[in-house]
This record gives sequence, C-alpha cells and structure tokens, in this order.
Amino acid sequence: MDFNLTEQQKMMQKLFREVAQNEVKDNAADVDEQERFPKENVEVMRQAKMLGIPFPREYGGAGADYLSYILAVEEISKVCATTGTVLSAHTSLGTWPIAKFGTPEQKEKYLPDLTTGKKIAAFGLTEPNAGTDAAGQQTTAVFDGENYILNGTKIFITNAGEADVYIIFAMTDKSKGNHGISAFIVEKGWEGFTFGLHEKKLGIRGSATRELIFNNVKIPKENLLGQEGKGFKIAMMTLDGGRIGIAAQAVGIAQGAIDEAVVYVKQRKQFGRPIARFQNTQFQLATMQTKVDAARLMVYRAAMAKENGESHTVLAAEAKLIASETAMEVTTKAIQLLGGYGYTRDMPVERMFRDAKITEIYEGTSEVQRMVISGSMLR
Amino acid sequence: MAKFEEYKDIYVFVEQENGNIAEVGYELISEARKLVATIPAMGYKVVGVLLGNGIKDKAQEVIAHGADKVIVVDDELLKDYSTQFYADALTQLINKYKPDSFLTGATPLGRDLAPRVAARINAGLTADATKIEVDQEEAANGVALLDVTRPTFGGNLFGTIVCKNTRPQMATIRPKVFELAPVDESRTGEVEEFKPTWTTTEPEVFVEKVIEKVKGDVDITKADILVGAGRGAEGCLDLVQQVADELGGVVCCSRAVVEDGYMDKDRQVGQTGKTVRPSLYLACGISGAVQHCAGMDKSDMIISINRDPQAEIFSISNMGFVGDVNKVLPLLVESIKAAKSE
Amino acid sequence: MKIIVLEKQVPDSTEISVDKKTGTLIREGVPSITNPDDMAGLEAALQIKDKNPDTEITVMTMGIPKAKGMLEEGIARGADKGVLITDRAFAGADTCATSRTLADAINKVGYDIVFAGRQAIDGDTAQVGPQTAERLGVPQVTYVDEILDVKEDQITVKKSLEDVEQVVTVKLPCLLTFLSDSVYKPRYMNCNDIVDLQKEDKVQVLTNGDLNMDPSLIGLAGSPTSVKRTFTKDVSDKTETFTLSEQETADMIAKTLKEKQIITK
Repeated sequence: MDFNLTEQQKMMQKLFREVAQNEVKDNAADVDEQERFPKENVEVMRQAKMLGIPFPREYGGAGADYLSYILAVEEISKVCATTGTVLSAHTSLGTWPIAKFGTPEQKEKYLPDLTTGKKIAAFGLTEPNAGTDAAGQQTTAVFDGENYILNGTKIFITNAGEADVYIIFAMTDKSKGNHGISAFIVEKGWEGFTFGLHEKKLGIRGSATRELIFNNVKIPKENLLGQEGKGFKIAMMTLDGGRIGIAAQAVGIAQGAIDEAVVYVKQRKQFGRPIARFQNTQFQLATMQTKVDAARLMVYRAAMAKENGESHTVLAAEAKLIASETAMEVTTKAIQLLGGYGYTRDMPVERMFRDAKITEIYEGTSEVQRMVISGSMLR
Repeated sequence: MAKFEEYKDIYVFVEQENGNIAEVGYELISEARKLVATIPAMGYKVVGVLLGNGIKDKAQEVIAHGADKVIVVDDELLKDYSTQFYADALTQLINKYKPDSFLTGATPLGRDLAPRVAARINAGLTADATKIEVDQEEAANGVALLDVTRPTFGGNLFGTIVCKNTRPQMATIRPKVFELAPVDESRTGEVEEFKPTWTTTEPEVFVEKVIEKVKGDVDITKADILVGAGRGAEGCLDLVQQVADELGGVVCCSRAVVEDGYMDKDRQVGQTGKTVRPSLYLACGISGAVQHCAGMDKSDMIISINRDPQAEIFSISNMGFVGDVNKVLPLLVESIKAAKSE
Repeated sequence: MKIIVLEKQVPDSTEISVDKKTGTLIREGVPSITNPDDMAGLEAALQIKDKNPDTEITVMTMGIPKAKGMLEEGIARGADKGVLITDRAFAGADTCATSRTLADAINKVGYDIVFAGRQAIDGDTAQVGPQTAERLGVPQVTYVDEILDVKEDQITVKKSLEDVEQVVTVKLPCLLTFLSDSVYKPRYMNCNDIVDLQKEDKVQVLTNGDLNMDPSLIGLAGSPTSVKRTFTKDVSDKTETFTLSEQETADMIAKTLKEKQIITK
C-alpha cells in the first residue's frame, strides 16, 4: 500500500495548482456574481491539456491515470467550484462513456475533439420525473429503420448549451423498464434539439444548468452508444466514476475554505492578538483539516480502484458521501471563523459554502449513496 | 602580491550618449575621489574613461567633476553604443593602462558591457554594487583591495565581494547610490587619447530602429518628492495623486501595485524596480517589504502612513503614522492646502 | 533550428524573510522556482517552435542534481530535452567560472541561438548571459522584449532600454537575454508532456568527466571573485511612530513638511 503520489501525479498536481491559483482564482467571484460560464478558465485548461487527462493518447488524451484527473478537479475546485463542475461533467460524464463504450468509429469521430477541449461534453439523464429514480425515463427514442427519433425533456443538465456533444439516455423499449433504456451521442445543432430554462442556483452559479428539449430529433443509428437496452448500465457505470469527481470537488471546496480561513485567522486581531492564537480557532481548524484529509484519502482510494479496474461502486459512493458532507461542515465552520466578514461576498468562503451544497445532491444525492452502500452490506 | 605592482589607479567608465554624460559616471568619480583619499600613501589617481565620437571636448567636464586624468577614445565606430566595439576598445585600453580597479555604472549599457569585458580578460566583476570601501588592512600592505557590497536575494541579504587574485577589480555600481561632489570648473587634469586597433569594423548587430518609449514620460528617479502607493492605497490612488500634486511631487508605488495592474512598471520602487533618493518619500499604505525598502531607504526623509502598527515600513521611517490612508489622505490634501496659504 | 535555453533554479525571493533575532535569512521551506527572466526566454523559444515545429529546444542548467526537476518542468512546457550540468567540481563558481562551464556545454550540445534570462532573482548579477556570449565568441543582445523575425542566419528583436526601444538584427549564432516583463508570459506545463516525461529520461547529465575542463578554471578555483562576508540589513533607529486621529495625522504631516520647507507658499 502506497499513500504517496507518483512523480507524475505530483507534477500534474503542481500544474493544476498553478492554473488554479494563478488563473482560475482571480475570476471565481466574478463567475459566481455574474452567473457566467467560465470560458476563460476552460481555455486555460484546454491549453494545459487538462480536458482529456484519463483518455488514451491515440484519441488525443493525455494518457494519464484517473487519479490525475481527480487531482485536477480537486485543485480547480479549491478556488472555483463552478470550473470544477465544468471539468468534471465534461470529463467523467460526457467523454468517459464514449471512451468506454464507443465503437472505434465513434471514438475516432468524437474523442479527439473532446479530449483536446475543442469541444465540450455533457450528460443528460435527469428528467422532471426521473431524478434519484433514474429508471423512470420518459424520453423516448423510436427506431424508424434508419434513425432513432428522440422526444422528451432533460433537466438540470450541466454544461447544457455550452457543450457540443451530449450523452443522452432514452427509452427504446418501455416494456423492459431499466433494460429498455439506451444511450445515444447527440450533437448540438441537430434539428429539433433546443435548450430551455437557465436554472438560477444557490451555488456553482457559473455552471450552465439548463433543460434539453428534444422534439423529433433524428439520431443516426451509428450514434447509439453501446447496445440497445444497455443505457441504464452505462449510466450507472458512468456515475460511479463521476461520483469520484464530485467527491474530489467537495474535498477541493473544503480545502479551499480551510486555506482561506488559515490566512484570515492569522491576520484578524481581536482582544489584542490574532484569533489564530485562540484555542477555539486552533481546535476548529485541526478538526476541519483532519476531516478533509480523511475524505481525501477515501476519494483517492476510489480513484485508484477505478484506475486498477477494480469494483468501485461502493468506494465511490462512500467517498462522495463523506466528502460532500465534510464540505458542508467545513465551509460552515470556515464562515464561523471569519465571522461577519465570512458572511459577506468580500470573502470567498461565503461562495464556497453555497457551492458545497450541490455536492450532496448531484450525481446521486447523499441518500442515493447511502442506498448504494447499505445495499452492498445487506445483500 | 607583487604580481599586481603594475596595476594602479581607480578607473571610472564615463557613460555618454550623443555627448550627454550620464550622471552615474560623475557619481562614481565623486566616490572614487573619496576612496583614493583613504589610501593617500598609494598615490592613486581617479581616471575617467570616455568612449564615443566627437566627445573630446567633454574631457574637461569629467575633470571638473573630480577626475585627475581622462582617457578619451574617440572613434566613428563608437558613435553609438555597441557591445562589440565598446568591448573591443575597452579591453585594449585596460590591457594597456592596467587599472587596479575599474568601475562602471550599473545602467543597462554598463551591465551589457562590463560582463563582456570582464569575461574577455578573466577579471572578477561584482554586479550592481551599492557600497565600496578600500580594505585598510590590505592597504597597509600596499594592496588597494576593494570591498564591494551588493544586495542579493531581492535585497534581503548583502554580500561583500572581493577580487583577491585578479586585476583589474571590476564592479558595476547602481546609479543614485553615491552623492555627486560639487563641480569645480577650475580643476585641471591630464587628457590622453587612446586609439584602439580594430580587428574588424564589420558590426555584428544592426540597430534598425530606435523608438521612444511613450510610457516612460515620468522618471521617478529624478523626482525630489515622491508619494508612494502600496497595496493599502489601491482603493484611493486618486487621493495619492492629489497629495503628490499638492506637494509638487510624483507618484510611485510598490511591486504589489504594479502586479495588481494599477500602475506601470516604470513607477515601481524597489529591488525589482527603481532606486530613488528623494528629499521626501511619503509612503501611503506600503507595508515595507524588504524588497521595496531597498529602493527607497536612502530617501532624506521618510514619512509613512499604514493601518498596521506592526508594518515594517515604520522601522525605516523618520515619522510613522498608524492610520487608514483612505481616511487620512483626504484630510491631508486639505491640511497641505491650509499650510500653503498660512 | 537549435535553441538552447539557459535556466537557473532560484529560491522564490518573495517568500524569503529575515529572522529578526539572528539577522539571517530564513531559507527553510522557501520554494525553488525557475528564474522568472529565464521563463521568458523559454516562452520565446516555444513560440518559435509553435510556428516552426522543426525547432529543437534544449533547456540547460548548471546546478545541484535536484535542478533536474526544473528542467523536466521546462520539457513539460514543451521543450524537447534537458541538459543538467552538475558536479562538485563546478560548485562555488562565480559568473566568470559559470560562463566558462556553460559555454563548454553549449558548444558540446550544439546551437544556433542561446536564450538566457537577463538576471537571476537570487544573485541579480545579469552577468552570466553576456559572459557566456563572450566565451562562445558570439554577439549578444540583452534586454530582449520581443522577437520580431527569425531567419535561418539572423534574428530581429526589439530590446527594451530605459527610455527607448531598439529594433536590432543580429547574425546567428548569437545569445539573447530576456526580461520577465516582456511580451513572453510563460505558458503552463501540459498534461501530455508530463506523461511523456515518464516514458523516457529526457535530461542528459553532464559532469566534469564529460566536459573535462581544467579544474583551475571552474568552480571556486576558477572564480576571481569571492564573498568576504554576508549580512542582513540593520534597521534604522531614527524612527518615531504615532497613533493619532486622522485629522491630527494630516495636520502633523503638513506641519512637518512646512517646517522642512517642502511645503512653501
């Protein structure tokens, strides 16, 4: 067992840290305030070849491991959770299924543009009536002998409108329930594919979260991803990996809040001395850091399991559960340490607190994670 | 150390452009005068070295500033500065006259030229020095060893450098560090011409175009009154400017302010910026990082305003005021106006 | 075209502080970085390579074995290979000796242009560039702000002086020194090049066994300058600090300036 990052991972981490601290950090408040998609951050990540980290070089990726990608989400999320969301949804939800389940032709056609960041990817599973119960899909794809005809609406879709390539799940055979769901690769710009409402959110406000509306969209049959009826399995496997990304995001947000708090408590003076000298401050920080480190180890362990091709469904669920709940707790405490200033938008912990909440909800709520974990225990 | 017997005197490179002599040359001559005065027994002279074209008549000006002797190299190839021809000429001059030490201003030109010459003759060269003394113990043995002190590590550390085994002892000296001695028009001295032998007259570098910098309109090193803005004053730079206007001064700043994009680099004071020596330096919201202080601590008077009572700037200030510049400066503008009308 | 970029690993001087009790520099925990001016040189070289992929960029440094990491970062930014000159025999070198060793290695590797930073933020001498050019016997252009044109046998650059900018053309081979506040803002490393670094060792190590230089010309022995002593700055004691109301502060400053005749009628 080795708890150390490899030389390659350390170098990657240094790169991600530089990009985050030197570029992304400066515009995080603006991205939040303006609720705007962080295009400039995507561009700098593209230049640093961070948008295809775990994919093979032959398809334009860096050919690095999954943990390296996880480190990227963590470092970016330390300073801007919105940008972490964009990276995570693009990589593990949008691009990964094509790399894993795509035909050679599909990989050839879509991966190079996605891994090099020329195009951005998204993932459309959630529907108004199919959230935690993802099997309740009402979007349909009917094969007419040549094309699948797609109809329905997806909601809360990250990167919607900004992405060029969408992994869309739809019922191809309602009678089969879960086994009647299929996955498709759908491109922006196809006739009948439009975007609906922009959600106004509590946190990750710069991340585009919109409806996808499909009105008789023709999907060529070669854009069926995997086999017909395997969509639910593809979705769940994709989310197993995606959850590790969200867990890394949560760890990043929490660590970012601690980093801000540490700077503040050394400067802030009350009763004639920096508040860092008070034992309450010291103990709070110690507890916060310990919890974040514990969560981080679980996130890395899940990433390693995925990288090694081991079963990671439960590990990912556990990592996401502890990391997201830790993020909520730690950001709450960070605001408390900063007091009144922490409650204002002059201080980034206020944003981090709002951003943290989503990690308990998307890509499976904490309740879903508990279902997955207990399910494996009580089999 | 008999091997250095033939090396004598302190030589100073007198930098000029179009016949205008850079002040640093005279600063160095002034300082060299003080140095030779500490070793009267050695009978050292201060020798000015003037390279250019049509500049012979400037020799007397160099003497008036304190040189005992001026060596003039007047040649068409030296009309404008070029590393190649200046280095060729200077190397030959040094080989012929054998100066014990050779000082150059640490200007862009000096720092381009001196290393090239030093490498060619394998002489020791100390860069960007701020202090020179003659080691008196060595002087008692008949050796004029220079202790040359310079800042390193961004002004955090000072090193005293010596060249024990090679001659000449070369150094580039930062401008504005040494005071100018009064000019004495009646001084007399020897003027000697030196003709270099050119191995080639073919230039390696061609200057195609010279463009005046538009931004560099204000020279903070020449200002007598400077009002410095630090990060703490980023929110009230207009007030900093108003105070400067009322005092007839110029605004400068710390590195942070440049990095944050509020002012141009040519306003920056400090180790990575400019060294200034005004009569008054009014530091507004400047914390006093060593790297900033290195560029302004020789100011005649330093007054600082900073919110943090522990700010480093107070330790080098003549007067320090704990306070928020955002609140003090508007009042200060009024107080200055009132003081003027009294 | 073969470009050699000279780099130096330096402590991040913005992180260095002085221990007020002992008066010494606190170097512990201070991160090592690539000298900023050198990074501009690397970026300039990479931009030439962007336009002309045949360009071969070698990052070179003289330093301790750990400096290999810095060269690898240069490769992760897009340089092709690295050369680490390291040997106890080279230790203690001043700029005069350093430039000898660098020039020797540069000649061994082969080059069309050498790029260097104007000066290092630890030593601040700005001498290694010109002295290396002298040792190589090639022309130098210092304070380069921007490369305007690259031809097979010459290069045209803009150099930035205090009051003016010059456009100059210089024949190859030559050496250029760059400024960190030039147009060349260093790019980031990238994931692909980081991964490739693990596939093969792209850093060649040169010791004096390889260069075979006369020991009297290198390291401490080959250095005409030596450090007699180092010290940190003593703080002046002429200071007086006041905590007054804002109005009192303003009045006192104005009064003082009037007394000193800085404020006149």
